[in-house]
Amino acid sequence: MFCLMNEILEKILVRYPANRKDSLLPILQEVQQVNGYLTDDLIAEVGRTLNMPVNKVFSVAAFYDQFRFRPHGLYHVQLCRGTACHLHGSLSYLGELEKQLKLKAGTTSRDRRYSLELVNCMGACESAPVIRINDVYHPHVTPEALTRIIHSLKEKTE
Amino acid sequence: MQFNIEINDQEVSAKRGETIKNVLDRIGIQVPTLCYMNGFSPSGGCRMCVVEVDGISELVPSCSHFVTEWMKIKTHSPRVLKARKILVELLLAGHPDDCHYCERNGSCELQELAAGMNIRERKYHGKRRQVQIDKACSSIVRDPAKCVLCGRCIRVCDEVIGAFAIDVVGRGSESRIGTSYNKGLNMQGCIKCGQCIMVCPTAALTEKSNFQVVLDALSNPELFPVIQFSPTIPGSVAEAFNIKASKDILNLLRSALKKLGFKQVFDVSMAADLAIMEEASEFVSRLNKHENLPMLTSCCPGWVRYVEESRPHWLPNLSTANSPQQIMGRLIKNYISTSAGQKPENVFVVSVMPCTAKKHEAASDRMKDGITCNVDAVLTTRELVKMIRLLGIEMNSLEPEPSDTAFSMRSSAGNLFGISGGHLEALMRTVHFMITGQELNPIKINELRGLKNKKEARVKAGKTFFSVAAVNGLASAKTLLDEVEAGRADYQIIEVMACPYGCINGGGQMRGGDEKNLKARMKALYDVDDEEIIKVSHKNPVILDLYEKFLAKPGSGQNMELLHVIRTSTENR
Repeated sequence: MFCLMNEILEKILVRYPANRKDSLLPILQEVQQVNGYLTDDLIAEVGRTLNMPVNKVFSVAAFYDQFRFRPHGLYHVQLCRGTACHLHGSLSYLGELEKQLKLKAGTTSRDRRYSLELVNCMGACESAPVIRINDVYHPHVTPEALTRIIHSLKEKTE
Repeated sequence: MQFNIEINDQEVSAKRGETIKNVLDRIGIQVPTLCYMNGFSPSGGCRMCVVEVDGISELVPSCSHFVTEWMKIKTHSPRVLKARKILVELLLAGHPDDCHYCERNGSCELQELAAGMNIRERKYHGKRRQVQIDKACSSIVRDPAKCVLCGRCIRVCDEVIGAFAIDVVGRGSESRIGTSYNKGLNMQGCIKCGQCIMVCPTAALTEKSNFQVVLDALSNPELFPVIQFSPTIPGSVAEAFNIKASKDILNLLRSALKKLGFKQVFDVSMAADLAIMEEASEFVSRLNKHENLPMLTSCCPGWVRYVEESRPHWLPNLSTANSPQQIMGRLIKNYISTSAGQKPENVFVVSVMPCTAKKHEAASDRMKDGITCNVDAVLTTRELVKMIRLLGIEMNSLEPEPSDTAFSMRSSAGNLFGISGGHLEALMRTVHFMITGQELNPIKINELRGLKNKKEARVKAGKTFFSVAAVNGLASAKTLLDEVEAGRADYQIIEVMACPYGCINGGGQMRGGDEKNLKARMKALYDVDDEEIIKVSHKNPVILDLYEKFLAKPGSGQNMELLHVIRTSTENR
């Protein structure tokens, strides 16, 4: 898999000038888009291109919540924990999601079916509380709606 | 531009471009700090050095705030003192309460601050972070629970060493000092130099201790414990016990080591003499063949580790001579102790080094010779001082004991290994002799002396001039190698020491040494060079005797196994 990844990486990296540290974030974003998450090999390769130590690249990536270092599940559930969503009770949904999907926030289930991520703000405060599953947004989530959502998720994976 | 500012109601002159802390240091007002390091870019991270400035509503960090004209500063006002106290209390909130069992008990900067601010109760209860102690590395142990996030280790590692082994990971309350993907330090570009240990205010970074191993060996009747010490150790021990560093200190140290229970005491300088002989003949042969020049010295394990890991294409240029520590270990196990009637497997070789990377060197596989390793345990200066104290040896009332083994005979050239430029100076003396058959005159190479990061000299031997360079602090070495690679500089020999100013400032030395201490340590080594009669390795009678009776002539293939090592890139292991 790494050989294939290397080719893709090369295609990404060739579009950015070498030794320019300001390209670091866009490169990491693109790499994550393709691979789904950042591996140590990928980070090392990015560092080599930009002439940056691996630890510096990792330090930057670890600063931002948008970068993941573990693969996420088939269904990637993102729960908004912004102020508006919090006021609409998103904390209780977090407990429910963790209980039903049997995983902790920020982790992926062992069978790689689900992963749960907390997002600082999705920028859709008027629809609070918001849950996003893969590319589908679920606005104005209520406890009943959440049960439905989880139920349909389980149906799809079984 | 000069102008006046007011500090604690007193007028003081200041210059534009100075920080408040610079001025305070100059006029002798102390403010506490956890993150400030003299000579480094300020980070302003710990906020301990905050002061009150008229007209600014917040307290400002004095380490990173520049002075302006007629600034009115209060350094110890009630508001400032209260803020500092709260800061320490907050740091303590997340800190493990295990001072009694802590390596830094008594020498911890956080402990000192807490005591100084008269903190007598736990005011805040913070959540303890669940963290793993990183002890996979053979030299350095990292305990993130004790970290106060001052960032000194990162700055030393980045700016002086250039290894970039650790960095801040995460954000906000989740941030910690870590490595990429939380791998152990042994998996990073870390060269184990231990400079991070030297600057860490708490016990978040400590050396991997061999203390108990050595104590156990000393009390084991089946073992024959012997010890070798690096040329910098006598001076450092004298400093730790407040004894004047004189000629006697060497014999005083010998007597202390004997009292600890070591059967034989060796000076690594003698092995350094051997290393010089081998290196010099290697250089002459490379010169004749016009290959693998510039020759890079190989006595510093941190530097060797860097070449193996990050610049493997320079490996052929490294001298193949083994480091003095390992040469001494091999000689002791294979020759000296066996001739004293001991079996090599019963001989327990301890070395005292001002260095943590030596622990890694001794532990690394290629140094193992059959079943027994050549050096069984490495102590740092700190560990030795602790051991001397533990066993109740009163350094001040000891009788100096002259050496009882012939193998302690050294030349002052070997003794110079402890300082940046010294190894090169010693090497050039012997190279000159091997090329011309005459001694270098004058024998001192003043261009290679002094506390500078890069020193260059042109040494004439016969009709040719050799340009040589000595660099210290790995970051300067990287710059120099870049220059050489780009063709902007050309040398025949380059000496590199990973720690700034060389082993006198190594990662295993006593903490808290300032420039005055460094100068004293340097002077101690050069004084030996002035006083001693044998100033060149090739005149050391023990070495000549060894070459006659036990070894083949310098540089020949038969010595390969004992005195040399072929270094390989870490990728090929």
